[in-house]
Amino acid sequence: MTLSRALPFLVFLAIAAALALGLDRDPKAIPSMLINQPMPQISLPALQEDQPRFESTAFIGEKLVLINVFGSWCPSCRYEHPFLMRLASDKRFTLLGLDWKDTRDNAKKYLENYGNPFAQIGFDDTSHAIINLGVTGAPETFVIDTKGIVRLRITGPLTEEIWNADVEPLLKSAVAAP
Amino acid sequence: MIYRRFPAFVLMAWLGCSAAFAVLPDEVLADKVLEARARTISKDLRCLVCQNQSIDDSNAPLAKDLRIIVRERLTAGDSDAQIFDYVVARYGDYVLLQPPLQSDTLLLWGGPFLILAFSLGLVALYLRKQQVPEDLSEVEDD
Repeated sequence: MTLSRALPFLVFLAIAAALALGLDRDPKAIPSMLINQPMPQISLPALQEDQPRFESTAFIGEKLVLINVFGSWCPSCRYEHPFLMRLASDKRFTLLGLDWKDTRDNAKKYLENYGNPFAQIGFDDTSHAIINLGVTGAPETFVIDTKGIVRLRITGPLTEEIWNADVEPLLKSAVAAP
Repeated sequence: MIYRRFPAFVLMAWLGCSAAFAVLPDEVLADKVLEARARTISKDLRCLVCQNQSIDDSNAPLAKDLRIIVRERLTAGDSDAQIFDYVVARYGDYVLLQPPLQSDTLLLWGGPFLILAFSLGLVALYLRKQQVPEDLSEVEDD
């Protein structure tokens, strides 16, 4: 019978097709649950002890808010840092920092050496805030719109390419429709 | 012979391994019932750093912090389901080492049974084909 001869081959084709689709996916990429959800409220001590507490709600409303999770121990954050310094002069959004699993001394030295691009920095040494945000590693960046809704999550270092492709359109639409 | 001692060596190595926990003494709750619940929950939550380990097994700092948060919520009176909901709301179903049975996991749970049914079908087809010559020969003998 021709069908029973062809059957093993058809089964092989079906499995091969399913596996070929699987090759394209990254099983380690964990989708963010926060996209289009309200930003969880985060309240942390400031990195600099003389500054007021870091309250996520204090900044939401007027402009887009970018929250960047970093640590002085994190090489990819160091790689990303010059780009963040360039963003610091952009007045269309507020750039906030979450210093994660760091020591205050190391973080302060890091910012002294490489510059401080952040309007304010929360100090999260117990991971309470970053687990609340569903963060899996540093660096990670969240974009929150003026209504307090999380619009974007970028895992890994922020680059010019990612910025132009994903963040810039959000900024433009936010400016166009206030 | 050194080989004689080998089984004893394996046994000792195994005992050594089983005593090595990722959970550190300073994390353990004084309440034994709560601690037991924390251990059970932690065994079902995936570590986000070393993704094939549970947070109960993992030495990653993020796993440790999540273990502590699980214990804090237990102490605050959360039920097991509330704790799973809390973590899933932030990290998705992905953090559950046992995926839930729902519409998008039907193929995952039902797949093995589909393959079994398909294979049984093939076996049945094969057996029916095999029987034909036997019947024919019986007819011929008569």
